[in-house]
Amino acid sequence: MYRIATRKTLNPTVTQMEIEAPLVARKARPGQFIILRVDEEGERIPLTVAGVDQAAGTVKIIFQIVGATTEKLNHKQQGEFIQDFVGPLGQATRTEGIRKVCIVGGGVGCAIAMPVAQEFHRLGAEVTSIIGFRNRDLLILEDEFRACSDRLIVMTDDGSYARQGNVTVPLKEMLEAGETFDEIITIGPLIMMKFVVAAAKPFGVPVTVSMNPIMIDGTGMCGGCRLTLNQDGRKVTRFACVDGPDFNGYEIDFDEAMSRSRMYADFERHAYEEACNLFRNA
Amino acid sequence: MALNPKKHEMPTQAPEVRAHNFDEVALGYSAEIAVEEAARCLNCRNRPCVAGCPVNINIPDFITRIKMNDFEGAYQVISQASSLPAVCGRVCPQETQCESKCTLGIKFEPVGIGRLERFVADWHNANATEKAKAPAANGHRVAVVGSGPSGLTCAGDLARKGYKVTVFEALHTAGGVLVYGIPEFRLPKAIVAREVESLKEMGVDVETNVVIGKTLTVDELFDMGFEAVFIGSGAGLPNFMDIPGESLKGVYSANEFLTRSNLMKAYRDDPETPIMKGGRVAVVGGGNVAMDAARTALRLGAEKVYIVYRRSMEELPARREEVEHAQEEGIDFRLLCNPTEILGYENPEDRRDPKNGFVTGMRCIRMELGEPDASGRRRPVPVAGSEFVLDVDAVVMAIGTSPNPLIKSTTKGLEVNRRGGIIVNEDGLTSREGVYAGGDAVTGAATVISAMGAGKVAAKAIDRCLRKKPAPGQAPESGSGT
Ligand SMILES: Cc1cc2nc3c(=O)[nH]c(=O)nc-3n(C[C@H](O)[C@H](O)[C@H](O)COP(=O)(O)OP(=O)(O)OC[C@H]3O[C@@H](n4cnc5c(N)ncnc54)[C@H](O)[C@@H]3O)c2cc1C
Ligand SMILES: Cc1cc2nc3c(=O)[nH]c(=O)nc-3n(C[C@H](O)[C@H](O)[C@H](O)COP(=O)(O)OP(=O)(O)OC[C@H]3O[C@@H](n4cnc5c(N)ncnc54)[C@H](O)[C@@H]3O)c2cc1C
Ligand code: SF4
Ligand code: SF4
Ligand code: FES
Repeated sequence: MYRIATRKTLNPTVTQMEIEAPLVARKARPGQFIILRVDEEGERIPLTVAGVDQAAGTVKIIFQIVGATTEKLNHKQQGEFIQDFVGPLGQATRTEGIRKVCIVGGGVGCAIAMPVAQEFHRLGAEVTSIIGFRNRDLLILEDEFRACSDRLIVMTDDGSYARQGNVTVPLKEMLEAGETFDEIITIGPLIMMKFVVAAAKPFGVPVTVSMNPIMIDGTGMCGGCRLTLNQDGRKVTRFACVDGPDFNGYEIDFDEAMSRSRMYADFERHAYEEACNLFRNA
Repeated sequence: MALNPKKHEMPTQAPEVRAHNFDEVALGYSAEIAVEEAARCLNCRNRPCVAGCPVNINIPDFITRIKMNDFEGAYQVISQASSLPAVCGRVCPQETQCESKCTLGIKFEPVGIGRLERFVADWHNANATEKAKAPAANGHRVAVVGSGPSGLTCAGDLARKGYKVTVFEALHTAGGVLVYGIPEFRLPKAIVAREVESLKEMGVDVETNVVIGKTLTVDELFDMGFEAVFIGSGAGLPNFMDIPGESLKGVYSANEFLTRSNLMKAYRDDPETPIMKGGRVAVVGGGNVAMDAARTALRLGAEKVYIVYRRSMEELPARREEVEHAQEEGIDFRLLCNPTEILGYENPEDRRDPKNGFVTGMRCIRMELGEPDASGRRRPVPVAGSEFVLDVDAVVMAIGTSPNPLIKSTTKGLEVNRRGGIIVNEDGLTSREGVYAGGDAVTGAATVISAMGAGKVAAKAIDRCLRKKPAPGQAPESGSGT
């Protein structure tokens, strides 16, 4: 059992928790993730390590409430326990040789992007961050990004805060104005990452994408998280949980990944309604 | 009394009933049947059956005890050689092991050794009152990676000798393939849980949610004070066929399909973990894993389940009993067939059509058996122009697994062979000092009993090596084992 040391609501749909898991805290590096189960009957879900506190032995997670499991997790209070918490899993984000980086985060993907931006900042790289949200109410982590970015651009789809438009707009502007980056790292909805790759392509800037397919074990045992990569015209299969979650954006078959992520859409809708009913009646 | 030429039949749930539930199929011998079956044993002086058992259980001795109604005595005989009789009695491929060597088998059906073993273990579990007790500690500490049959056996044997053992398991439940792979209807989870409990009673610590190579490395285990490490991490990496369409929705590896159903309990009425239920399902492969996946699909509510296998019935590697059970339950065997492509629904008019990307069928080609290959089995070759489409909604790939590279890639100096299996000597010792390995991690996918045997061999070697050394924290002259 793993104790919830702190809990904080970041916005109506995003919650942050610090979980006591000293072994995971000791090892976790930016870009890695954990898998948790809320209770004995629960599903295994992956969440990115959003930070660690070595002294306290805690691991920070930031999650968006999108379905049954995240709904249940959100109802857990500080001091309560969750059943299982395993990690750190996956490969850490590659940082070597990157002196100038552009981090493009969308929605709760910003929570995944934040520790990566902080790591580059710590290593002395020049960090440009573009973070986008549907509207002002969903904005998270602006202060944290400001603290670790040399330049921060905030976007909202509806213009209710900062600049209106999606994250590819300022990215394209910069690239067209002749700006260069050693690497663009993008984390967010698949469709957003696909467009970031398309925007960067004419300029030949390398793009790393952080993939989040449906996972179970997270150790390479089930193959459910498999992705198809196009490497020089050859199709290869990779498991996101062990080979990723970061991949070369130019190689990813996004259409397939988007299709696979909706495999259980009907089931999830039903389970979410059940979970919401459970808490409504309680 | 005339000798009964046949084994006493195993009472089972009726096929039409069991095809719709996850309860155990085989119900086990009653005491009367067990004693009668035991009476068939000739108590051969040269004991050919014993040589057929990978851990050399003293078969005629335990059977003699059954004849005398001394079931606990029978259990004690078995437990000298095996620590998981309730498991092996259920899942051992007896027809190629102990029973294949039975003298009776020359003219008649062999003695039902596995069924008797299962009876004895179940009798013990139901009636024995004595609990395993923690032996006196000898001060030495050993780490075991993985809680499958090899790891559990190694841990148990060492604990009985007074070692302080910690088992590290990546998943949230201990048991390895016995909990995530083999379904409830063949091996009830309660049996495995009981084995794990009795290890804990002997003082073994079981740490779930620890991935060695990620949470901790093998080197860190030594830093933490463990003096030897046994790696029993299994062969969990699923293989795919590399044919078009394998990424369509509805294509599973057997590991994923069975893990969702078993470990994540998706077989229940209102599970939290999803799985595709119902429809028409093709399972590709012919081993135990394929049988388990097919019969699980049936129980989840599939209207039609195929086994698609490229050789013939003769070469089917699964346990005979499982094949027979599967046939009785109505699984449709499409033998001498090989998939060439998985077909999916595509509606270019509407990219958002929710049916897009789901499996609609599987193209197969008929095979015929040609010359024997390196394994001595006749090699299947495709028959030109014989392609046809099987109308299915889901495909489960059960074509084998390999050892997971995670530990190898994070442990310096640990040598593996071409297939990823850890290289060990006859003591189970790897290329790294103090690091032992066994089970599927060494051999590739094999059997429960061989994994258990490997765990035993390594436990013996670890004991031989550590017994000589002073336990950490103890003065050298105080020796060990007190
Ligand atoms: C490596 C990785 C890191 C992630 N990091 C974060 C994070 O830091 N914060 C965050 O809010 N979300 C993160 N996610 C996504 C998160 O795992 C899903 O939102 C969560 O599993 C949804 O579960 P649910 O039961 O609440 O919703 P459901 O209703 O079950 O699903 C909603 C959607 O979530 C996705 N999903 C469902 N089950 C899984 C699963 N087992 N594994 C992965 N995705 C699934 C599917 O696309 C699905 O359509 C990450 C995913 C991956 C793979
Ligand atoms: C569906 C199925 C049906 C089968 N049916 C039969 C049968 O009827 N009869 C038979 O004899 N055999 C059968 N087998 C084969 C048999 O189950 C295996 O040969 C046996 O379980 C191997 O045991 P093991 O201890 O080597 O590994 P496993 O049982 O595979 O256990 C390995 C354990 O190690 C854990 N692990 C892996 N990596 C790490 C890590 N890095 N850190 C921590 N833990 C880790 C895994 O999570 C797992 O729990 C079947 C296998 C399957 C998959
Ligand atoms: S362990 Fe397996 S091979 Fe050995 S006697 Fe029992 S059933 Fe036969
Ligand atoms: S070979 Fe058969 S008959 Fe002979 S002792 Fe063994 S089990 Fe009994
Ligand atoms: S989550 Fe199972 S292999 Fe990646």
